[in-house]
Amino acid sequence: MKRLLAILPLLAVVVLVQLLTSWSGTQFYLTQMTMAAYYSLLIIGLCVLMGYAGQISLGHAGFFAIGGYLSAALTTRSLVPFKEAALVRLLDGCGLLHAGRDLYGGELLVVTPWAAALFAVLVAALIAVVIGIPVLKLKGHYLAMATLGFGIIIYRLVLATPWLGEADGISGVPPFVLFFGVTVSGESSVRILNYYLAWGILLSGLILLINLMQSRIGRALRAIHGSEEAADAMGVNIARFKLQTFVLSAVFAAIAGVLLTHYNGGIGPSEAGVMKSVRYVAIVAVGGMAHLWGAMFMGVLLNFLSLRGVFGSYDDAVFGLILIVIMLFAPEGILGLIAGRKKPAATVPTVEQDGEV
Amino acid sequence: MTTELFVQYLFAGITYGSIYAIVAIGFNIIYNTTGIINFAQGEFVMLGGMIAISLLSFLPLPAAIALAVLLTMVIGALIEIIFIRWLENPSVLRMIIITIGLSILTREAAVHIWGENIRALPYFVGNEITTIGIMGARISPQVLWVVGVCGVMVVVLHLFFRATSVGREMRACAANRLATVLCGINPRNMVTFSFVLSAGMGALAGCVMSPITYTQYDMGTGLAIKGFTVAILGGLGHSGGAVAAGLLLGVIEAFSVSVVPLAFQDAIAITILLLILFVRPHGIFGSGEAARLKAF
Amino acid sequence: MAILAVENLHRRFGGLHAVNDVSFQVAAGQIKAVIGPNGAGKTTLFNLLSGALMPSSGVVRFQGKDIQGRRPFEIAALGMARTYQNIKMFTGMTALENVMVGCHLRGRAGFFSSMLHAPWTWGEERAVLEKSMELLELLEIGECAHVLATSLAFGQQRAVELARALAMQPSLLLLDEPAAGLNIYETAEVGRLISKIRDMGITVLLVEHDMSLVMDISDEIVVLCFGEMIAEDLPAAIQKNPEVIRIYLGE
Ligand SMILES: Nc1ncnc2c1ncn2[C@@H]1O[C@H](COP(=O)(O)OP(=O)(O)O)[C@@H](O)[C@H]1O
Ligand SMILES: [Mg+2]
Repeated sequence: MKRLLAILPLLAVVVLVQLLTSWSGTQFYLTQMTMAAYYSLLIIGLCVLMGYAGQISLGHAGFFAIGGYLSAALTTRSLVPFKEAALVRLLDGCGLLHAGRDLYGGELLVVTPWAAALFAVLVAALIAVVIGIPVLKLKGHYLAMATLGFGIIIYRLVLATPWLGEADGISGVPPFVLFFGVTVSGESSVRILNYYLAWGILLSGLILLINLMQSRIGRALRAIHGSEEAADAMGVNIARFKLQTFVLSAVFAAIAGVLLTHYNGGIGPSEAGVMKSVRYVAIVAVGGMAHLWGAMFMGVLLNFLSLRGVFGSYDDAVFGLILIVIMLFAPEGILGLIAGRKKPAATVPTVEQDGEV
Repeated sequence: MTTELFVQYLFAGITYGSIYAIVAIGFNIIYNTTGIINFAQGEFVMLGGMIAISLLSFLPLPAAIALAVLLTMVIGALIEIIFIRWLENPSVLRMIIITIGLSILTREAAVHIWGENIRALPYFVGNEITTIGIMGARISPQVLWVVGVCGVMVVVLHLFFRATSVGREMRACAANRLATVLCGINPRNMVTFSFVLSAGMGALAGCVMSPITYTQYDMGTGLAIKGFTVAILGGLGHSGGAVAAGLLLGVIEAFSVSVVPLAFQDAIAITILLLILFVRPHGIFGSGEAARLKAF
Repeated sequence: MAILAVENLHRRFGGLHAVNDVSFQVAAGQIKAVIGPNGAGKTTLFNLLSGALMPSSGVVRFQGKDIQGRRPFEIAALGMARTYQNIKMFTGMTALENVMVGCHLRGRAGFFSSMLHAPWTWGEERAVLEKSMELLELLEIGECAHVLATSLAFGQQRAVELARALAMQPSLLLLDEPAAGLNIYETAEVGRLISKIRDMGITVLLVEHDMSLVMDISDEIVVLCFGEMIAEDLPAAIQKNPEVIRIYLGE
């Protein structure tokens, strides 16, 4: 209950922002706030992986793209040519397909958003398992390069696959009817609803992760970070926990990808780019690696500014600069810097190998 | 496959392979003195090419290249002095993130200075249609420049590490940092020097390859991944292994052109990288014992 | 019955035989000590027993099971706990949280129920909290519960590490130099504590340099020197063993 109360002030701010934009007639800000919330969903997942489990991932844009692209492709690419295939007939029989008309009045048969979204997230989770088992045995530079490599492969795949729209990406992705009356869609008539929806999802994600961190599992993860050898000797199955955290963060990324794609009505290859992955790492670093609130706050702030175009053509450069400055002067993040001033005794764990030689 | 085609592919592979080897050796030089992987390694190659292309409007080609290499070395030194030198016992994660940030900043600076266009230095001899015949295949003389310059660099570097006192000090620093301090060598200067050296090598490679492979602001990441693949394949820290592995990767890529779509070319190197990391993290040519000593 | 049986255990590091053909048994309910000069291979032996290192050859039987090839967390689940010569605190966690990690194996809460903070995990969580607090109090560092473990004094960190190991409710506890760096009063206190732990029904295998402590509390002693086991006997007999005397005094 206490934990839920901690969310209340934030909830108040969310409502306040909405009211302020309504009064001042600047409701268009809500669009970027909505998108920033979805990106932040990925950020808090990555924060658990990096800050608590101590594993870097330079490939999280890949998971975002898997979620977004699969959901987009399944809900837009018509299955009419395969109408007679057994699989398509089976899916149709289960009510997972949706018939309609395309822009030119042609016959259209696509997967329903719910089925597509679930499938996309499931695939992302599966890929995370397959990639994670070998990758998480690696450390330091090896892990960084392996995840970077994974990200680049996804990017190349997206660019080279006609089904995924190659360099143009996929547009015309239909709205996602979550349940009666609540639709993920970028139309301005449902802007406020979508703003609250995105923030509701982000805060739910935050609560879930905060719960996790304050539980037996969270303690085990932090213990791994503190001393792998001792955690191992306490009976913590390190490989399994790292893998589960990796998959969890991949699922968060994929969900963010699905929702944002339906909200934007499309997705392009830049979402799978290496720069995106690096940007996510930068945001987690600024927020303070092991700091869910900080990561979420920075995720919303920096993504919002970036989406508003505040950084202009220096967008990527800003994130590069943030990375360097934070790692040089405040490796515990900006909030870590402030907290560090208040109580100098606190040492935030760094991702260093055990002290013993 | 005809002999001509085979030779053609082989030379293409060796050309790219030489470049990968140089990038990998750049990784190794810095890794040996600092224990860190410089994710901005590929940017040195890009900078070398770009600067030389710009200088070409005032200087003759050899002078432009020489000055470009020199300037890139200065940039390498500055990067080390400003961002790396004063950190005390930084964690691996921190160093990874800093060098990634440096790579992005360099790239962004490049795109603002030189734009997104693809550029190239002119061919050193003749032009793009000049060829010489080798075993029936038509090869551009620039290919020989690339292979020759890279080969000379490897040999000179080898001699440098064996025969000069600075080279020996750098090797000592790589083997045991504390002991070097006790002998009165300042390991920090060695680290700066290693950045200068690998920046210079990268820049020179960037110049000789520019006529064939072109130069673009964002070429660094791809090169870094491939260079890293090669460095791992050859055993991190082994320059001889890097040459063998570089040529191997180059040749594999070249021969795969007929089977793998061009868009997936990069995926080959990455797949190899992932496979090696999972099966033999200390590389094909490196020894497991050494990898464990340097484990991080 | 022997809770732990070591048979012809070898471990080489390159050309160095850190543990060379060591065989002994630990009976349930005993306090057994392993002594030997620095570099004798005592810590290496502990690493072999707890699974942190793989033996080059030889067999370790814990509770009748051959633990060859098992990972440390699996051996921990069989009921073996340990402390380290160089303390290994979980950095960034409080003393209490450190001890709570020790209760990990007895917890059931998984990823999903933890995320949902499901009601059926509440009882378990409270039990872990109480148990850990109890242990900190037993070791007289209850007042440090909410202090970051790494900022505690050396002796207190030792106590946290011990509490953490006890939280696992082990049947066998490996203590690697628990009194190193402590003064004579604290050392005597550790001695009493170890006896108390034994009285709780936990078998103790102990590496220690402080001879008076070892002679006081152990039931049997194994002597290692350059990886080889040169004696295994009762404390009184070890004190009179000429070879042991030569090692400790002769050089
Ligand atoms: N991981 C290792 N690699 C190489 N040599 C080691 C390693 N661990 C211990 N040794 C060597 O094994 C010998 C025994 O060490 P150790 O078990 O720590 O002795 P003790 O705990 O009895 O003082 C020492 O010579 C030490 O240098
Ligand atoms: Mg020892």
